[in-house]
Amino acid sequence: MAVHELDVSVRESGGVAVLDLVGDVDSGGEAALQRGYDEAALQGRPIALNFSRTEYINSTGIALIVGLLAQARARGVRITAFGLSDHYREIFEITRLADFMTIADDEHGALDGAERSNHA
Amino acid sequence: MIALTKPFRRRLTGRARASGAAAGTEAALVPAEAAFERSPVEIAPNDPLLAYLQAATGTVDVTALELDSPALRELKAAGVKLAVPLISQGELIGVLNIGPRRSEQDYSSDDRKLLDNLAAHAAPALRVGQLVREQEAEAATRQRFEQELEVARLIQQNFLPKELPDLPGWQIAAYYRPAREVGGDFYDVIPLSDGRVAFVVGDVTDKGVPAALVMSATRSVLRASAQRLIEPGVVLERVNELLCPDMPAKMFVTCLYGVLEPATGHLRFANAGHDLPYVKTAAGVVELRARGMPLGLMPGMAYEEKDTVLAPGDSVLLHSDGIVEAHDPDRGMFGFPRLKETVAHHTGGQTLIDRVIADLESFTGPGAEQEDDITMVTLERSSASGLLADFQLPSAPGNEREAIELVASAVAGLGLEPVRLDRLKTAVGEATMNAMEHGNDYRADRAVSIRVLHAGDRLRVEITDLGGATDLQPAEVPDLEAKLAGRQTPRGWGLFLIEKMVDEANVTGEDGRRTLELVVHLQGGDDGGA
Repeated sequence: MAVHELDVSVRESGGVAVLDLVGDVDSGGEAALQRGYDEAALQGRPIALNFSRTEYINSTGIALIVGLLAQARARGVRITAFGLSDHYREIFEITRLADFMTIADDEHGALDGAERSNHA
Repeated sequence: MIALTKPFRRRLTGRARASGAAAGTEAALVPAEAAFERSPVEIAPNDPLLAYLQAATGTVDVTALELDSPALRELKAAGVKLAVPLISQGELIGVLNIGPRRSEQDYSSDDRKLLDNLAAHAAPALRVGQLVREQEAEAATRQRFEQELEVARLIQQNFLPKELPDLPGWQIAAYYRPAREVGGDFYDVIPLSDGRVAFVVGDVTDKGVPAALVMSATRSVLRASAQRLIEPGVVLERVNELLCPDMPAKMFVTCLYGVLEPATGHLRFANAGHDLPYVKTAAGVVELRARGMPLGLMPGMAYEEKDTVLAPGDSVLLHSDGIVEAHDPDRGMFGFPRLKETVAHHTGGQTLIDRVIADLESFTGPGAEQEDDITMVTLERSSASGLLADFQLPSAPGNEREAIELVASAVAGLGLEPVRLDRLKTAVGEATMNAMEHGNDYRADRAVSIRVLHAGDRLRVEITDLGGATDLQPAEVPDLEAKLAGRQTPRGWGLFLIEKMVDEANVTGEDGRRTLELVVHLQGGDDGGA
């Protein structure tokens, strides 16, 4: 289980700002995650966090996501997550993160969800 | 006649010493005048005189004899008149040479009869003397040989490990029994600086002192290289380079070299043409294969490296060819399949060694002389109710990943469902981070100790820091709404996650140490960790 420092890139897909998280979501990823969020937030679009290339999320990583979610809620920006493994999906449920952000299976589902919530 | 006895005795001694030489017979030259110092006449093996004396029925008149023989010419020149062949059991064992009579008269037929009589009695006596000397010489040779064997044995024993390291969670046993004519087997168990342990079994071609010397050299360069180089293939490569220049002709060394990480059971190995080790796993017996030429044959060789993970309950047998190449009274070989079968049916450690020896002895038959050295090293990873791993990590950010990996390897053989394994990994990571950060203040000199234990249905992971009796409870129970609203820090999920991920999480503290015990039931009916 090699350590992979988090790399975050932002792209636009179907009116949603997708943050591709590549690497470990832990304390080492704080700056990258914040930069990615700031860039996406500037676009004023809903945000989708892509976890499909993340193999490790620890409690500090959860705290970072809580931090993003808090910032997004303050600005009225919706956040969706997709690509989580069953294990981390369980953790998102246990921590109740899943109650405050839509968890989709894949990017397609995430875009649909964001679309629906936009129109809602 | 009396004058003859003294030189005769002297020659008797000399002849006896020369006995055993294939051909050629020394003839005792006995001059009439006191010239005892004269050297005896040598009769070459192809000299016709030899055949003549062998066939003669009694005393030979040298002066009358006509043969194209250098020895005969020499005898005549020395003034020898009569040659009396000394024959024992049809074999010419010496010649009594007689010079002229003091009276300068010819020898009478009575004289010759007397000499024939004397020869008939002297020959067996001389033969007995010769045999005694031969026996003495043989005994001396045998003693020299035994001394050499003793030296070889001493070298060999001096270079075998005096004791084996004690590895928690592992049983290591070794066996070495030299053949009477000591071979070049060796084994070694080398503790490496980072807690890993190197295992070696090797065999030098040839026997006795030369093999023992090459073995001791090989063992020394292996030990030196093992401490400096990490990869088994590189170690063998280096040893080969060091051995090649000084290796005696027609000698080489086969060697299996493996490095075990006791905490995880990870074994990385390389092989220089040695017999393949067997691993007994839950799925059956497998061979550890890796390609490589024997050491000391030619420089520039590369050695393939392979990996395997020894799960709890697995055992490995490293062995030398003295076992599989042992013969039964009908010259049948013990062979690999028989050894594999023994490995399959017995647990590892000393039990396996005892079993192999018993099988081998019943195969070769009672009292059979051991043909070659027999060497075995076994390592067995403890299974039920055992310690699966015991390791320490310095308190440095990121080391929780190492902890997760080591614990995951340690429990690999327990058949934990993937979902539950993932939960355990998260709990171990969080508990280790907590220990490093809050217990040890992320000071690298304060280590976190982790032990993985398995008993029955319970898998326990103990994570110990130096936080004393400090309470583990967080300041507040994480409340996501409060966190999102900024009334709580976004952090503080660690202990919450740990409790949700395992069946039990218990904290104990003593002597300035605090231990968080995580318990997972292997057959957990409760699917949610919570």
